[in-house]
Amino acid sequence: MNIFVIMKRTFDTEERISISGGKINEDGAEFIINPYDEYAIEEAIQVRDEHGGEVTVLTVGGEDAEKQLRTALAMGADKAVLINIEDDIEECDQYTISTIIGEYLKDKEVDLILAGNVAIDGGSGQIGPRVADILGISYVTTITKLEIMGEKVLLTRDVEGDSEIIETSLPLLVTAQQGLNDPRYPSLPGIMKARKKPLEELELDDLDLEEEDVEAKTETIEIFLPPAKDAGRILEGEIEAQVKELAGLLNKLV
Amino acid sequence: MAKKVLVLGELRDGSLRNVSFEAIAAGKQIANGGEVVAVLVGDNIGSLGKEMLQYGADRVLNVENEKLKHYTSDGYSQALLSVIEQENPKGIVFGHTALGKDLSPKIASKLNIGLISDVTAIEVKEGEAVFTRPIFSGKAFEKKKIIEGIVFITIRPNNIESLSKDENKTGEIQSVSIEIKDLRTIIKEVVKKASEGVDLSEAKVIVAGGRGVKSAEGFEPLQELADVLGGAVGASRGACDADYCDYSLQIGQTGKVVTPDLYIACGISGAIQHLAGMSNSKVIVAINKDPEANIFNVADYGIVGDLFEVVPLLTEEFRRMKVGSSS
Repeated sequence: MNIFVIMKRTFDTEERISISGGKINEDGAEFIINPYDEYAIEEAIQVRDEHGGEVTVLTVGGEDAEKQLRTALAMGADKAVLINIEDDIEECDQYTISTIIGEYLKDKEVDLILAGNVAIDGGSGQIGPRVADILGISYVTTITKLEIMGEKVLLTRDVEGDSEIIETSLPLLVTAQQGLNDPRYPSLPGIMKARKKPLEELELDDLDLEEEDVEAKTETIEIFLPPAKDAGRILEGEIEAQVKELAGLLNKLV
Repeated sequence: MAKKVLVLGELRDGSLRNVSFEAIAAGKQIANGGEVVAVLVGDNIGSLGKEMLQYGADRVLNVENEKLKHYTSDGYSQALLSVIEQENPKGIVFGHTALGKDLSPKIASKLNIGLISDVTAIEVKEGEAVFTRPIFSGKAFEKKKIIEGIVFITIRPNNIESLSKDENKTGEIQSVSIEIKDLRTIIKEVVKKASEGVDLSEAKVIVAGGRGVKSAEGFEPLQELADVLGGAVGASRGACDADYCDYSLQIGQTGKVVTPDLYIACGISGAIQHLAGMSNSKVIVAINKDPEANIFNVADYGIVGDLFEVVPLLTEEFRRMKVGSSS
């Protein structure tokens, strides 16, 4: 089975966000694999171990993303691909990224593509469905269970807390929701092996794409931090009195 | 410049979700005086269109087909694309719900256009709409616009205020018949779990529990408080990881991002990942035994105390107030 995982390098969830020069300040920040993409990588490895085949982890970004790709290889992916757009593209959006990924994947014989349902930085959740549409394959988002039986695929999809049991078939793109699995930590032998696994680096030229082909359709005008909150008030006195006071303060809201 | 805007209403269990009315209000802003056309999709829409008109839509299109009973991206995209082709709108608004998140990127890809997801505020300057959306799970915000072509957005529930309902307003409700072919995904079964009560993403009040709740049973007093307030129960990752509740209740950087009018955090320490999911709530109340807990730093009001003592008292107090005000 030919399996691809779409991955994104993101800020660590612990990071506080600051802005300098109108942009998110990346200096000294820790980066990780987008947490939802970790579920996708783990699931891909499990599917390969059960059904055979190969897992390729794919990202679009800069040189720095190599670290996260190596982590994915250390978890157990077989190959990694970095489409490096650092030098070619200044402004990109979901149209840009999905067009690039779609172009890369269109002549691969893909059986299954996995991705996170959303990246915790940009938070749009568009890439998976857009890529599936470009490739003309079906997709199911926010899955919590995946079973493959020959061509047939049985999925559980989280829909705002409810579950849908869905039947479909390969080729297919799915996006991972929390609860799909428990992503493994890379083992020491895994990390050693990852160093020797193939990591291919491509640029737009290699995909026969021009900058105009992937020009963003949306524009970011401004980035800003939420207004600082005024210090709150810790109530005092007997618990019963505090509760009465609190209920009074909240009365108009409820 | 006035634009025609298409707004998708969303049905659940035979009624319209609030986000449908919020989408009309968003549509009105983008339309800038143009027509707002509401689209309802399903197998049995009945007279729900009337309510869309009362909330400000100028016209309603019902797309009814038995294959549209359950949402599928194939079925709904065929329905929407055929309406878009027929109406040729200059703006499109969906809710940023499970349905909207799944469907909107496919429609955007099919139309080869940009899409701004998860919008929480809209401003119109010289006829051009600028959209605010949270990034980094609400740790920051960005303002975006569509460079050219159709303005396509999804709006986060509970952020853009719907217009007030006008019971006397009427308008045209048209039926659109379309043929739905090739559904590649089949819904075999829907298992209802969390949404028996109020939906977290649309709840005006959320009572959330963390590790301090100590057990699945520990969530019962929180549920009682939520019931009295007509709210929903949520949880921190800690509570979900400890198996006190289902992951579908998780609020945070992974999990749901919520912005209710009132968020009551019980026994939640306030890890930065949790704050990312709720810090934009309008009023935050923290109840925690530990006076040093980080949650107090974002709270408007705090009570340092045992949640198992405070929460039932609070429930009692609100119950008393409700009885008082309704008599």
